[in-house]
Amino acid sequence: MSHFDEASAAVQAALDAGARYADCRVMLRRTESMTARDGDVEELGTGESAGLGVRALVGSSWGFYAVPDLSESAARAAGRRAAQIATASATVPGPPVDLVPGDAVEASWASSCEVDPLEVGLSTKGDLLVSATAAAKQAGADLAEGIYQIWDTRKWFVSSEGHRIDQHIRECGAGVTASAYGDGEIQRRSWPSHRGQYGTSGWELVDGLDLVGNAPRMADEARALLTAPLCPPGETTLVLGGEQLALQIHESVGHAIELDRILGWEAAFAGTSWLDLKQLGSLRYGSELMNITIDPGIPGALGSFGFDDEGTPATKRDAVRDGIWVGVLAGRDSAAVAGLDYAGSVRSDGWSRLPMVRMTNVGLEPGPHTLDEIIASTDDGVFMDINRSWSIDDRRLNFQFGCEIGYEIKNGKLGRMLRNPTYTGIGPKFWQSMDMLSSETIAWGTPNCGKGQPGQVGHTGHPAAPARFTNVRVGVRG
Amino acid sequence: MTAEIVRTGAELELAARVIELVREVAGPAAEAEVTVRHDAEALTRFANSAIHQNVAEATTTIRLRLHLDGRSASSSTTVVEPAGLRGLVERTVTAARLSPPDTTWPGLTRPAPLHGSAGHHGSGPRSGLDFGFDEATARATPAERAERVRDFVRAADGLETAGYCRTTYTSAAFANSAGQAVEGRTAEAAMDGIARLNGDDGVARLAGGRLAGLDGAALGARAAAKARAAQGPIELPPGRYEVVLEPEAVADLLDNFAVFGFNGKAFAQKQSFAELEAEQFDPAVTIVDEPLGSRSEPAAGLPFDVEGTPRESLVLVRDGVTKAVAHDRASAADAGTASTGHASPTSRSWGPMATHMRLEAAPAATEPEVPPAGPDSPIAESARPLVSRMERGLLITDFWYTRVLDQKALIITGLTRNGVWLIENGQLVAPVSNMRFTQSYPQALAPGAIRGIGSESILLPDRWSGTRYAAPALHLASWNLTGNASG
Repeated sequence: MSHFDEASAAVQAALDAGARYADCRVMLRRTESMTARDGDVEELGTGESAGLGVRALVGSSWGFYAVPDLSESAARAAGRRAAQIATASATVPGPPVDLVPGDAVEASWASSCEVDPLEVGLSTKGDLLVSATAAAKQAGADLAEGIYQIWDTRKWFVSSEGHRIDQHIRECGAGVTASAYGDGEIQRRSWPSHRGQYGTSGWELVDGLDLVGNAPRMADEARALLTAPLCPPGETTLVLGGEQLALQIHESVGHAIELDRILGWEAAFAGTSWLDLKQLGSLRYGSELMNITIDPGIPGALGSFGFDDEGTPATKRDAVRDGIWVGVLAGRDSAAVAGLDYAGSVRSDGWSRLPMVRMTNVGLEPGPHTLDEIIASTDDGVFMDINRSWSIDDRRLNFQFGCEIGYEIKNGKLGRMLRNPTYTGIGPKFWQSMDMLSSETIAWGTPNCGKGQPGQVGHTGHPAAPARFTNVRVGVRG
Repeated sequence: MTAEIVRTGAELELAARVIELVREVAGPAAEAEVTVRHDAEALTRFANSAIHQNVAEATTTIRLRLHLDGRSASSSTTVVEPAGLRGLVERTVTAARLSPPDTTWPGLTRPAPLHGSAGHHGSGPRSGLDFGFDEATARATPAERAERVRDFVRAADGLETAGYCRTTYTSAAFANSAGQAVEGRTAEAAMDGIARLNGDDGVARLAGGRLAGLDGAALGARAAAKARAAQGPIELPPGRYEVVLEPEAVADLLDNFAVFGFNGKAFAQKQSFAELEAEQFDPAVTIVDEPLGSRSEPAAGLPFDVEGTPRESLVLVRDGVTKAVAHDRASAADAGTASTGHASPTSRSWGPMATHMRLEAAPAATEPEVPPAGPDSPIAESARPLVSRMERGLLITDFWYTRVLDQKALIITGLTRNGVWLIENGQLVAPVSNMRFTQSYPQALAPGAIRGIGSESILLPDRWSGTRYAAPALHLASWNLTGNASG
């Protein structure tokens, strides 16, 4: 099965209508998800979506049009329409648009997958969620919820420069959450992450999570949190677990290094960035332990692919090296504006959406320590893990994050459990205070990254390990 | 080049065909409900004062939910050819047969006529086609949107601008195997933009049922006035401040009330603050969900939900007393009540939410008279009387990135955005740099906490979804600001 012909027809129609560059993505996606509550299946849904999206550059103006019709006549009409929309864009023109050079690749790529998640029996998958939520309920949860999600995407990309690329990407993941109700408040514990763990992987990922085995502990901890002392307010040493650090990377590094934000293209909605391109290569972002890479080639990580949605091959790059900001997430047009010579981070969440600069796998390289060593070397501090809430300003500087669970650290040992732990800070000041970093890296998946108008939901990966930060303000409450 | 208007009855025919296929594949005992929805969305986006993204799409999606032998499944497809429809049905039947038993199936909606929109004529018992639908907006061209962007940019008079102009058109039908069959259509236009000077932003935002009602120049001028008045912001210490919230910020309160408070599933699972018949808000607060529009404003939403339940106005809070929450059939069954017509494709998992909430404005006669504002005033017209009587406090334009710290108490953290000013003795004293807050939203509107409500509700688009809110300005006794630009 191939849809190169339809994509080619759309591109040719856009060129015939006046475009100087055009590309087209045909995408077929099958989805499946199930939720369970207190030992019963709550919702089972499957989806099938097929269509094509055409991008046309007329002069220095872009147009995009998408239709759910894969006939060649519809493809040609869509190509013409994309060019017409681009022509209308010239009513309010911008500076000249160029694209950094890209090889006209002809290739095929598929993500690794041992067990096709769509081939695993529905009853098997349902039994897993039913068993996990029943186990949490039996262990004392007032509410136990479970979820799995599967995406199976095939896409064919053609550009007027000669790209012909097809990819097959399979993603899945799952999680379980236990909630306990107290007097006017609710405590929640989630395994393995606050919305589950996800990857470009087969069902073997879910099999490895042991949802059923961990669910009772989640219920126990949620119940215990109801009577745990509040995380005391103040400034202290903070040790973050790897899952929370993944979120910290996503929000305060990943979004900040998106080149479209830096250039002001997202100023009205997602926001801009505190980073200034004039400081690329010299700005101190964090301590010398901070090494952040952009790597869409990590097997199994949720932000992995063979080629981005402009046809640029997956390539590993540094974003922060020894604490210095050295790289960005870029597309072919934004890179040309910024005077950079690389792209590779443009993605769309479906055939009906315009590809835009997105995170791939943005992660922290492992450090020299272990979590046990970090705890043992901390006299007084707080340990927090598993994200519960996240908020950051439109320049990606001022953040406040909440975690599901915290513990005192006293004299090198974990002490009392703490409820409602939160911490707040300013991005570079926070990252510069990182003085210990574990080697226990996991590539956490974020399946719900929102950006763009119309809104797009991105799937991103974030390798992260536990780390320690000094002089952090914690315990902020209403 | 215009969007194509779907022929009347086309979606209902498609829905009926899917019901027939279900009977053929699964037999007459299968309970099935089908929604066919055609969405045409076009969005002209600008940044750095130029159109940089200009997109359009037209998609028909068919959603089938099935209950068969005590088991349920739902599926959707964008493939509407005969093979696609058969594939949808066969896939859903297979999924239902293989899935674990569903003990929470709420049953199908019985045949029921749509509710008439106040003052509108011509709505038959099953058709919402005349609910104020504006065809010109549905047919809007890229050129019409680009003209409004051009006007916005020009009115900002040299300031850097960014934002969007959007038009949407939805035509949909619902049918189920119990005999319910309804259809409707709606169109919406919205514009949302900022003007920027030296990194300080001002915003203007407006939604409506008619593109003709969007004046790009007026919006651009308003955003620019705010940006100019935001120059040289001072930093204030964290603490509790009296505040006037402009409608854009108030919309964020309504959004969080909808998602976490008046959400029927959260309510049934005791995760919401809402207590029916309790005096939870100041007596000045009345909140209504209004999906059907009015004589002066075309319908905002479809006249039925994805379970086929006819929609109508729903009073959530009247005079400070919580009266209702939004339900689909499942949450209603949990709570022992009836659906309010708020089912969505995701409501069984995430809960039913009100999507067209209006915080009632105060009668104009209750507001003090204030002299006309000059064109350079950064204060929204509806907020001016409230600002004029604030002794010392903050005028806040907008909120950003608000997230829940404690769902039950609805404690939210977030940041101010697009303009904050210090007010003393009713006068604007100085712009203030953005601040972080940590605040219980119901507590901010609790009995005695409201010092005034503006006399005009502004229609505002949600920045992410198609949701829309009608909000006046609000004068609140206290808002808990927990951080400033320094951290």
